[in-house]
Amino acid sequence: MNVLHDVLQFIINALSLGGLYALMALGLVIVYGILRLVNFAYGELVMVAGYTLLMLGAGPIPWLIVAVISIGMAVLTSLLLERVAFRPVRQASATTMLITSFAVSALLQNMAILFISPRAKAVTTPSFFTENFQVGDLLISKGNLASLVVSLVLLGLLTLFLRRTLLGIALRAAADDFVMTRLVGIRANQVIATAFAISGFLAGVVALFWIGRLGSVGPFVGSTPVLVAFVAAVVGGMESLTGAVIGGYLLGALTVGLQLMLPQSLLDYRQAFVFAIVLLVLLFRPQGLVRGTATAERV
Amino acid sequence: MHHLKSTSWWPTSLLLSGPLLVLALVVYLFGGEVLQRILIVLFINLTMVLGLQIFMGNSGVVSFAQIGFMGIGAYSSALFSMSPQAKAMALRNLYSFLVPVQVPFVVAVIIGGIMAALVAALVGYPLMRLSGAAAVIATFALLIIVHTVLINWSEVTNGPRTLFGLEAYTTLWVSVASGILFLILALWFKETRLGLQLRASREDEAAAASIGINIVWVRWIAFVLAAFVTGVAGALWAHFITSFSPLAFYLPQTFLIISMAIIGGSASVSGAVVGAVAVTAIFEGVRGIENAINISTVFPFTVSGLTEVCLSIAMILILILRPSGILGSRELPT
Repeated sequence: MNVLHDVLQFIINALSLGGLYALMALGLVIVYGILRLVNFAYGELVMVAGYTLLMLGAGPIPWLIVAVISIGMAVLTSLLLERVAFRPVRQASATTMLITSFAVSALLQNMAILFISPRAKAVTTPSFFTENFQVGDLLISKGNLASLVVSLVLLGLLTLFLRRTLLGIALRAAADDFVMTRLVGIRANQVIATAFAISGFLAGVVALFWIGRLGSVGPFVGSTPVLVAFVAAVVGGMESLTGAVIGGYLLGALTVGLQLMLPQSLLDYRQAFVFAIVLLVLLFRPQGLVRGTATAERV
Repeated sequence: MHHLKSTSWWPTSLLLSGPLLVLALVVYLFGGEVLQRILIVLFINLTMVLGLQIFMGNSGVVSFAQIGFMGIGAYSSALFSMSPQAKAMALRNLYSFLVPVQVPFVVAVIIGGIMAALVAALVGYPLMRLSGAAAVIATFALLIIVHTVLINWSEVTNGPRTLFGLEAYTTLWVSVASGILFLILALWFKETRLGLQLRASREDEAAAASIGINIVWVRWIAFVLAAFVTGVAGALWAHFITSFSPLAFYLPQTFLIISMAIIGGSASVSGAVVGAVAVTAIFEGVRGIENAINISTVFPFTVSGLTEVCLSIAMILILILRPSGILGSRELPT
């Protein structure tokens, strides 16, 4: 064992977990930035994609196609929720929207309990999620590597979309100043629907890797991803897409780091430590590490 | 805009507690054991949602942490009410100085409330600066922290396993007394100087601060008071159900009391009462249907989750059609 090896292993683990966390956080922040909606039901999009994997995964369809269909289901569900539940409360207070999403989340979870099963079911995933390969004396999981690559590619594509396309620019403008954006003729419904579609897409991708790691899907499979997304988004800054990515990577590093550094007796309290950090960030830097442009409330 | 005028609190107290007392008396005299248990649940739920109303209703800041306080109340009251023999059975690793301690039930319940209030007072003050989404996430984080501690502090909670061996001290009349007492407290608090200041800050933070209201301070007082009420509710629930694990104090329970506040209308105490009655009725009613289906074995599988599905649909409809709840900010006689 040498120090260099430990450091490299730490970096690889932190980056691959961080990439996944960054995707989770982005899916949450892209909607929050425009609507000020903290979407609790985001985790249930992961669940919907997961159940699609479960139902089609055992059949004759190749896994890649199943994966694409699963992501599509998450996108459809996200758009449906926007239309049915969130559009009617769009004019209401941030608190009302948030509680609506809390209710939607409970609804979807309990529908899964009612119509599928209260228990988690094993999902057949391609074997590469659990395989490792060796580089020198570094042990690298193929699933981790894939999540690292996919998250980097997606972050790149999303950046291009947001900077180069009209819809992407409209989206960023809406996140900055929604009223002004509408005044210059951008359609609110279209922009919001796009944000929800991207959110659903990211949830679908997250589901592939998350459920690949877990090997099973149940009604509460989305709880951890949505909590992770909250934390990363709060730490990075709820109003900034860059902040969400930074928050995701920081949280990934923190999770892996705490695992290494906390003594065994405190390891069980890891979640408490992570959320204590959230509280501290909210208290001392409520706007997160990366500040949005329009954070201060005008009186 | 909500009503902000100060009114006398006693007409509403009489109007709300009268029917509740009559209901309790009728069920006590003529109802079977099942109905009595449902009514106990109703009055414990009422206490819990009143705790939420005292803070959330008056300040407009949503708290997701209440169920954490319920858990603190439940566990700390259990530590003081259980006999040394019961503790030796259920909590093998309990700190030795706590084993012989046993106090009367009422004292244990008050200790439960005080412990919850203490935790709220210690961690709450800095949190009171937050409002809106930040407050929700912060209190949510607090709930998760309390939950993690309850699950892992096995010396006093038996860890994730079930804690058993409590005596069923919470009778119908104990729960009724708590519900009515805190109903009057909530109505009275709302009309105090502090309650009015808090409601002013709910309507407009900047305007309230500009006339000299110390928003953090008034919110903090309400938060601590609310935690006390919720802690008492948790203590009563613990001595009603008599065995429970930390899982009882997490998101499903949080969903339940928030749905009560939202459906009834969180800005008024009458709304809290209506919400507690309506949600408890839906919950017990649909669960009865669920059980009947499961016993009759009409379907080859067991039905579960139907209650929560109905509740969440009801909640979404209320949020869309009547966002301030059935009663809004009105108190009942008006």
